[in-house]
Amino acid sequence: MRGGGFRIYALFYLLFLYAPIILLPLFAFNDATVIAFPLSGFTTKWFGEMANNPPLHAAVKNSLIIAVSVSILSTTLGVFAARASTRFNFPFKGGLMGLIMLPLVLPEIIVAVSLLVVLLGLGVNLSIFTVILGHVLVCTPFCIAILSSAFQSLDRSLEEAAYDLGETPFSTFRLIILPLVMPGIISSLLISFTISLDEFIIAFFLAGTEATLPVYIFSQFRFPQSVPVIMALGTILVCLSIVLLSLAEFFRRRGIARSGAKDTGGFL
Amino acid sequence: MSSDGVLTRLGRSEAASGLAMISPTAVYAILLLAAPLGTIFLYSFLTDGYLEIIREFTFANYVEAWTNELYRTVMLRSLFVSLTVTLVTVLLAFPVAYFVSFHVDPSKKALWLFLITIPFWTSYLIRVFLWKVILGYNGVVNSALLWTGITSEPLQWINYNVGAVVLTLAHAYAPFAILPIFVALEKIDRSLLEAGQDLGESRFSTFLRVTLPLAMPGVIASVLIVFIPTIGDYVTPQLVGGPEGRMVANLIQLQYLKLDNYPLGSAIAVSAMAIVTAVSLLFLFWNRRYLKGNK
Repeated sequence: MRGGGFRIYALFYLLFLYAPIILLPLFAFNDATVIAFPLSGFTTKWFGEMANNPPLHAAVKNSLIIAVSVSILSTTLGVFAARASTRFNFPFKGGLMGLIMLPLVLPEIIVAVSLLVVLLGLGVNLSIFTVILGHVLVCTPFCIAILSSAFQSLDRSLEEAAYDLGETPFSTFRLIILPLVMPGIISSLLISFTISLDEFIIAFFLAGTEATLPVYIFSQFRFPQSVPVIMALGTILVCLSIVLLSLAEFFRRRGIARSGAKDTGGFL
Repeated sequence: MSSDGVLTRLGRSEAASGLAMISPTAVYAILLLAAPLGTIFLYSFLTDGYLEIIREFTFANYVEAWTNELYRTVMLRSLFVSLTVTLVTVLLAFPVAYFVSFHVDPSKKALWLFLITIPFWTSYLIRVFLWKVILGYNGVVNSALLWTGITSEPLQWINYNVGAVVLTLAHAYAPFAILPIFVALEKIDRSLLEAGQDLGESRFSTFLRVTLPLAMPGVIASVLIVFIPTIGDYVTPQLVGGPEGRMVANLIQLQYLKLDNYPLGSAIAVSAMAIVTAVSLLFLFWNRRYLKGNK
């Protein structure tokens, strides 16, 4: 084994990263309303309690509608920007890309309040729709980051060959480019879905009365008796994110393998 | 046709195609990001009237935001907390990034990075809440300490204070700090390190004089990527901070949603952005030193 001391440190670090998440299932299956040691017994009743909880169901439905719309919209916007920035040189490129990528480094609360002020000023009622507007803004930069690496590794001569063989720009895009970047697109859809499903601040400001899942969870933190149910819900959410992320990673790697580039690591 | 003309035409058409291609995304960002940011900037110079906003230019909101004892304390605390979090996360993250880049088998690097990033993508809200549960009065730490007999009374100083906010944020942003450092370390030409050692440097002095300076741009990037979002974090101070741990995002939320004072809320938000920008520019300026020798 190489890097003895570093390896031990890195493993401890991973343990620290995962510590809270490991507690989640422990208390989700624990037969006590108080979250404390020692554990008192095994139960699945907290999962059962989720079944007859209409506000929770409404929140899940809202969140799913938002997350699906956001992943489609932000991936579409991401494809335009990633394609433009990797293929063309044009005036104001730096400025425009900087603006589009800005939410990546802007505290989310600033995005949330500024949108709130404008939407209320325009007389738009807060709803699922306004949350979608905000989420697309913060998800698009992540989509662009994923899609840019997919577009970057494209060999331009393939495209030129298609033109020479008489294809139009649109049919070239559909027949040559799209299939090659498809893994990137799927990865981008999954990532933006995950981000939107998880996002709290923007939804908190812009959802009005139509609570999303994180907004519902946040409202339940005030009631100690609902904590075990939140633990059970959290367990499901964590498992779901891990599945979605593993899928996204799988497609990202396949995309890189397909275009013949070297894998440089994670999502960001 | 002269080749000059073709070139200009090509250039023009490439510029046009590029602009056309980016326009949907750019228009979206201009309408829903640039315009709203401009609006709160504008609001910050207006006066809050009862039920409506008086359209009268004033600096009063900024005077209030910067001189009021309460607001100033919260802003300084936010700055202190996010700088501490940044220092802690980057120092703890560097050895991990170094390990993955230098000691992990290339075929396993992606797996390590994936394992490191997973916790970052799992529900932020639930992770923060778990820290509240872990550190609380009847929480995991206290109940475990009582159960094992290490203490006879629950510790109260571990929750609802600035320390709990720092711990929770440091945990939440840890993966964010590792990635930029890792990328910078990966770019280092390994033959430079061998050259250093061939010329008689020890491993440690090679690290200090070759590896560290070359990794600096990555370190600065991870400083920025942790510092900027943590200063505006709302959930962590709200859940584990208690009254002593409130930060600027809680103040902004209070002004907008509870007190309905949009101009003052906007002035605080703009001030926070100005502080973030100023500190980030300082770090970027520092970074130029390292980029210069790295051409």
